[in-house]
Amino acid sequence: MRDDLFDLLWEALRQTLYMVFWSSLFALALGLALGIALVATDKGGVKEAPKLNKLLSLVINSVRSLPFLILIVLLLPFARWVVGTTLGPTAAIVSLSIGAAPFLGRIVESSLKEVASGKIEAAQSVGASPWTIVWRVLIPESLPALVRGVTIAVIAIVELTAVAGAIGAGGLGSLAIRFGYQRFREDIMLATVVVIIALVQSIQWTGDGIAKAIHRRRFNPE
Amino acid sequence: MIVIRDLNKTYPTARGAVQALENINLTIQKGDIFGIIGFSGAGKSTLIRCLNRLEEPDSGSIVIGGQVVTDLTDKELRLARRKIGMIFQQFNLLDAKTVFENVAFPLQVAGRPKSYIRERVREILELVQLADKEKAYPSQLSGGQKQRVGIARALANEPEVLLSDEATSALDPQTTYSILELLEGINRQLGVTIVLITHELDVLQHICRNMAVLEHGRIVETGPVDKLFVHPESDTSRRFVRILERYRLGRFELEGAGAGI
Repeated sequence: MRDDLFDLLWEALRQTLYMVFWSSLFALALGLALGIALVATDKGGVKEAPKLNKLLSLVINSVRSLPFLILIVLLLPFARWVVGTTLGPTAAIVSLSIGAAPFLGRIVESSLKEVASGKIEAAQSVGASPWTIVWRVLIPESLPALVRGVTIAVIAIVELTAVAGAIGAGGLGSLAIRFGYQRFREDIMLATVVVIIALVQSIQWTGDGIAKAIHRRRFNPE
Repeated sequence: MIVIRDLNKTYPTARGAVQALENINLTIQKGDIFGIIGFSGAGKSTLIRCLNRLEEPDSGSIVIGGQVVTDLTDKELRLARRKIGMIFQQFNLLDAKTVFENVAFPLQVAGRPKSYIRERVREILELVQLADKEKAYPSQLSGGQKQRVGIARALANEPEVLLSDEATSALDPQTTYSILELLEGINRQLGVTIVLITHELDVLQHICRNMAVLEHGRIVETGPVDKLFVHPESDTSRRFVRILERYRLGRFELEGAGAGI
């Protein structure tokens, strides 16, 4: 082990956390919008619009079928337009957010669809608008499932940051490739892997903990 | 008063359209407790769900309290629904919300101020005898208590009509009885017109004054409940009464045998 290890690792972790945090936030915002739109416009949804639904679905599937590495390249001009550069963690956030949003959209969709139709009808029967039903019935009722789904997505974003790291985004993935692989620094490779595992593990624990707490409050309060 | 004229509803299925309701004509007086009875698949649920347009009829008209429900736009319908409460077989309470929040929900939808909501929810929970449960979540309640919350929610906006979609079918006989008593009390105290559908003759006999018998999507008999028991005219009501009589005879025999031992 050499003495630059800690500094390199710390800098890379900081970049990864920065990318994961903001990408997750933006992807969640976009994903919520997509997921809600999918559920609302679906047949039997609170705001039926079959054509729009098909179009949305097509766009989501298209983005999801692109390998992430290619999506990053395709989004380079857009990233430059938004943040003024195509290199570094900030530029990566643009691609990461857009790349993860369709995945989150599907996760939000499947969570919201788990809400029993009777609950929606009960809300309709008291005169609730589609908007009210989405925010006050669908989302709160499916919250534990949403939290679990978002946890999966955030972990997927951690993986994606490593891919983005391969083409200049920085972060732990980049460190492992540049030092661990290209410079044969096995100590760095190993340390990076340990840090990534710890990161993913703590995200999973946090997500599980939140979902469990919500569930416990609703279903087995003491 | 509720007036239903020439109501039709068909469902598209894989094997062609199924006529769920055929030329329904029905008048329900204000303040009545009106029962609609029929066997499974007769179209009861479709009919009651047409009244607040959870189900869209194909043709015909429904007038509730002078308002043509079938002509309303989405926005007007939402306003009208505040005055048409509904309770369900599966209660359909929101698990994420406490009893208080479940009952407050229709009032928030109606844009009532917070202070009014607090007062109104307490008042209505008092009425359904759940004042001590306002902080509980639905998962902590029994079936009967859940339905009481359902009733409180349906009554929160002081509706003129209460629709009951098999509200007691998931409850045991004793709980059913207490819920029916509650509904009867509400009808008496608040003058709310109650329309209920059921496949239980007991329910009809217990609280309804007038009724209609539904058979394959058509109304085959209507009138005061007593008439159905004394002079059943339609096939469905004869079968219902026969089931009830056979059950009673069976019970007498059993009790007789018991006395002999």
